[in-house]
Amino acid sequence: MKSSLELKDLSFGYTKRKILEDINFTISKGQIVTILGPNGCGKSTLIRLMLGFLKPDKGNVILDGKDLIYTTNKELACEIAYVPQIHKSAFPYSVIDVVLMGRIPHKSFFFKYSKGDLEIANDSLKRLSISHLADRPYTEISGGERQLTIIARALSQGARTFIMDEPAGGLDYGNQLRLLEEILKLSEAGYTFIKSTHSPEHALWIADRVIMIKNGSLFADGKSDEVVTSNNLKSLYRIEVKVEKVNGSIRVCVPQKLYQK
Amino acid sequence: MKIRPKIFFPVLSGTMLLIILISLTLGKYPVPLQDIINFFSYKLFNAGNINPEKLKLLSNLLMEIRLPRIIAAILIGASLSVSGASFQAMFVNPLVSPSLLGVLAGSSFGAALGMVFSESWYIVQISSFSFGFLAVIISVGIAKIHKGNSILLLILGGVISGAFFTSLLSIVKYIADPYDQLPAITQWLLGSLSFVDSSTLKIMLIPQLAGIILISLFSGYINALSMGDEEARALGVPVEKIRILLIFLSTVISALTVVAAGMIGWVGLIIPHIARMIVGPNNKVLIPACALIGASYLVVVDDISRLLFSIEIPIGITTSLIGIPFFAIILKNARRAWN
Repeated sequence: MKSSLELKDLSFGYTKRKILEDINFTISKGQIVTILGPNGCGKSTLIRLMLGFLKPDKGNVILDGKDLIYTTNKELACEIAYVPQIHKSAFPYSVIDVVLMGRIPHKSFFFKYSKGDLEIANDSLKRLSISHLADRPYTEISGGERQLTIIARALSQGARTFIMDEPAGGLDYGNQLRLLEEILKLSEAGYTFIKSTHSPEHALWIADRVIMIKNGSLFADGKSDEVVTSNNLKSLYRIEVKVEKVNGSIRVCVPQKLYQK
Repeated sequence: MKIRPKIFFPVLSGTMLLIILISLTLGKYPVPLQDIINFFSYKLFNAGNINPEKLKLLSNLLMEIRLPRIIAAILIGASLSVSGASFQAMFVNPLVSPSLLGVLAGSSFGAALGMVFSESWYIVQISSFSFGFLAVIISVGIAKIHKGNSILLLILGGVISGAFFTSLLSIVKYIADPYDQLPAITQWLLGSLSFVDSSTLKIMLIPQLAGIILISLFSGYINALSMGDEEARALGVPVEKIRILLIFLSTVISALTVVAAGMIGWVGLIIPHIARMIVGPNNKVLIPACALIGASYLVVVDDISRLLFSIEIPIGITTSLIGIPFFAIILKNARRAWN
């Protein structure tokens, strides 16, 4: 059986307001999946459901044939890693200490990190070319470096699926592109990425597949070239955008109203 | 990789040992350091000779009076600092102290209530401990009945429960006999290690040591909790279970400090900051360091309390008077350490 993350008839909402309704899709391993949708459409809720932070009111999230509600945090952490939007930690842990936290799911109750854990953490840093940051305080490095640190932590975790909530949010232009490059590199090595973003171009550039959420329902789901279209973007964001090919291959979004002036 | 922690512990333990030895010499009846070393080498290893009269005097002075008080200071200083550090990490906020969930307010109320309604010291202590626990149960209960961000709700629950028990304490003070009970309550609220007798020490020793050690052993999880609930959860930490366990352990050790010596403020807030400046923020090192630094600090502060003036100053006053200006001075450094 090919391993996968399956969402089945998923609904979530508080008593008065439905946030998500009847979401169905299956993500097989090795894909880069981008979730697009306007503010408040339920993207973050969807991500929290896939991570098991929230329990669905109806339907199931099934990881490799097993419903998430029967999975412990520890088991889940060995399969799925969470990369949140960049944040500052309240305490200035060194970068290596943050990356070592990725080893927690492999440890018993009262644990001590072993030499092996330290090696894994150092390898993860090396893989992202940030070994030089190991002893720097996590709070004093740049946003892009912090995001790479969290990805290194996800690598040390040994998880094969990374779920990212707006990983490029708050990053400067260069760091956004560098982040996409790293994601592409890791996906070629077999990692699965599920990420939400506010930038349709990010979906065009690195996603194999795009899932669009509108008003809590699945609006579109398919190959990025087929789904990220002028019509869909207009209906999702209520804005005129043309999707055009540059240099015959890469696609970009051109805002129409600005373009006319 | 740096192996920093390896040098901290010998240095911090050595400092603590030195402070203990010096504190044993200090008092109304000064004892030279040499006598103390002779006494302990005789007691522990049966080495050397001391004349029997002096032995009796030293035995009485050191074993009955000074050492129990120093041990109490060590346990209380370590407990408050360790529970402060674990709360700061757990609530992702470097400005919280062990009193966050109302344990100190509850314990104070319990002690005051005991003093008004009972003659027995034992009852006062049981009442103090129980109400300390009750205050925390109320905070956690308030957080549990509402849905939402559990850290924020716990803090709000603590504010409510703390305020509630502070008002109850006012009622008890109001109805207390102003010539007899009220001064006792007031003195209790100012804190003093002279309250500690050897039977109290026996009660607090094991639970406090066990609590401190267990919290230290959880420090890997505490690190993860300080990244926020969702991230800790995604790192495989059973967040709710660990947090309740840590709250339970912190409550036991900090309620016992009130049971033993009344209200001693500021220690649980400033020691974690000082420790963080010395050993860094990693709780695996920070929490044991807090225990050693907090213990040394309270022994020194108690020396000041009992020696500075001809009468003893309540230790709660000394810790505040030292702690507040100190906190103001280190604020800049402390801010760098958490920001």
